[in-house]
Amino acid sequence: MPALALPAGRVPRDPAWLSRVGLAVLAVVLLWPMLVWTEFKPWELFDARSLKSTAKFLKDFVPPRHDAEFLQLMLVQTWRTVAIATAGLTLAFAVAVPLALVSTARLSISSLSGPMATAPYLLRQGARWAAIVLRSIPELVWALLFVRVVGLGPTSGVIAIGIAYGGMLGKVYAEILESGDAQPTQALLRNGAGRLQSFFYGTLPQSSTELVSYTVYRWECAIRSSVVLGFVGAGGLGQELDNASKMFAGAEVATILIIFMLLVALADRLSSWLRKELG
Amino acid sequence: MAPTLAHHLQLDALSVRHPAARGATLALDSVNLRVAPGEVLAVIGPSGAGKTTLLQAIACAMAPVAGHVELMGALPWALPRAELHRLRGRLFLAPQVPPLPPRQRVVTAVLAGRLPQWGLAASLRSLFYPRDIAAAQQALQRFDLADKLFERVDRLSGGERQRVGLARALVSKAELLLIDEPLSALDPTRAAQAIATLCDAARDSGATLVTTLHQVEVARSRFARIVALRDGRLAFDLPAAQVSDARLRELYADHEDELTADYAGAAPWVDAVPADPVVQPATCR
Repeated sequence: MPALALPAGRVPRDPAWLSRVGLAVLAVVLLWPMLVWTEFKPWELFDARSLKSTAKFLKDFVPPRHDAEFLQLMLVQTWRTVAIATAGLTLAFAVAVPLALVSTARLSISSLSGPMATAPYLLRQGARWAAIVLRSIPELVWALLFVRVVGLGPTSGVIAIGIAYGGMLGKVYAEILESGDAQPTQALLRNGAGRLQSFFYGTLPQSSTELVSYTVYRWECAIRSSVVLGFVGAGGLGQELDNASKMFAGAEVATILIIFMLLVALADRLSSWLRKELG
Repeated sequence: MAPTLAHHLQLDALSVRHPAARGATLALDSVNLRVAPGEVLAVIGPSGAGKTTLLQAIACAMAPVAGHVELMGALPWALPRAELHRLRGRLFLAPQVPPLPPRQRVVTAVLAGRLPQWGLAASLRSLFYPRDIAAAQQALQRFDLADKLFERVDRLSGGERQRVGLARALVSKAELLLIDEPLSALDPTRAAQAIATLCDAARDSGATLVTTLHQVEVARSRFARIVALRDGRLAFDLPAAQVSDARLRELYADHEDELTADYAGAAPWVDAVPADPVVQPATCR
């Protein structure tokens, strides 16, 4: 509508305002029952009793414990945590790469000229389902299972991360491969190159940075995850954190949390450096 | 190539439909074509006539809905899939937009044309140290690009990329070269050089060359045989000398601008670099 048509001196109202308010009200109406069902009561955090015990626990946080003996223990446990995460992710990588290569439709030869043939379609679906089965069970559950089989210690953590993350990596790798430009890979396949040849010459050069940064991010997740697995007896920083918080040793908890932050920051730096190198 | 074969390529009443096309529209409608080994021919016709589809149908990239294809002495659509794929290794289809990954080096992109002849181990070794630098350099040299051998593809201009795509065709050792609009991103001098190089390379190796062209004058001056398509049908298939201006005007009726626009001006070229792939939204607890 031309501005001239408006009466002089009157600022027009935003016509979208009413529907925006309506949507906001609707969202609250829909969300409220969910909060009630999940017994979300944040004010309980602030009642006098819990405030007092929280304050006591938090007061112990400063200064974090930093005597040589404790730090040396932490160094060993940090190394163990990183080792569990790295070994677990390596195992996951070995599981995920074949799953991704089999399940990605990008490397299909039969679908070059029409719909995919039945046998390759079933094989791809099979690989997809295998990845779903592996990742649908959380690594914590896998770890509890393997603690019974191989006993307490890092081995169960490594296998648990390897299996659950193998499924996740397999799915996301396949999707990253499919998200790039199809042309280079298709052109190679159409000219008679093999699937793996087309993968290395057409698909990988486009998606390498995405694959690397996702893998490093997963390594970061595996570090966090191995901490959680420490709670069920897989060793490492998680076990120390479990002990420290059970004994209300706030200073020790603070040190361990700081180490987590440093590890995540390290993974972040590593990822951005690798992306720059490969870009 | 079997020398006893009368036809390297034979299409009989070939009809092809695009998988995404709605209704009964045929992209190619009862096309007949016979090409002898080593023959060189140009395919012309207005936009949407089915030139690219014809190349794809010949390259076994699209299955016919009717009619049949005979290729290098075989019936591709009667072959088991593995055999069909081996047959694909003996031809080379170069799409109009060069299919080169932006972060790849030129030498790798060119040598990718050799993949059908290489085993997997050899192709992997070539990623560490290029196997046949000489062949890649020679092919690039013919398009004045020898100095770009170790450049990355995304540092090249559109025209340079197109010529890298053609250099890949040259190293491929294919018996049948199917080149789609090789001149679309080139200026007239480069275009003339590129077409001469393609024809020479085909003659030297005894390969059959089928190329679609937007530039009618190039087709008439450089090719002995011209095949014209319009609305998915064969309009004519004649020696270049018999392709008169009157025939061309008839072929390009309602598309006169395409007939007069070039030789000098290349068709508008869309940049081949895809948008940055979207990073997957990653989730973790």
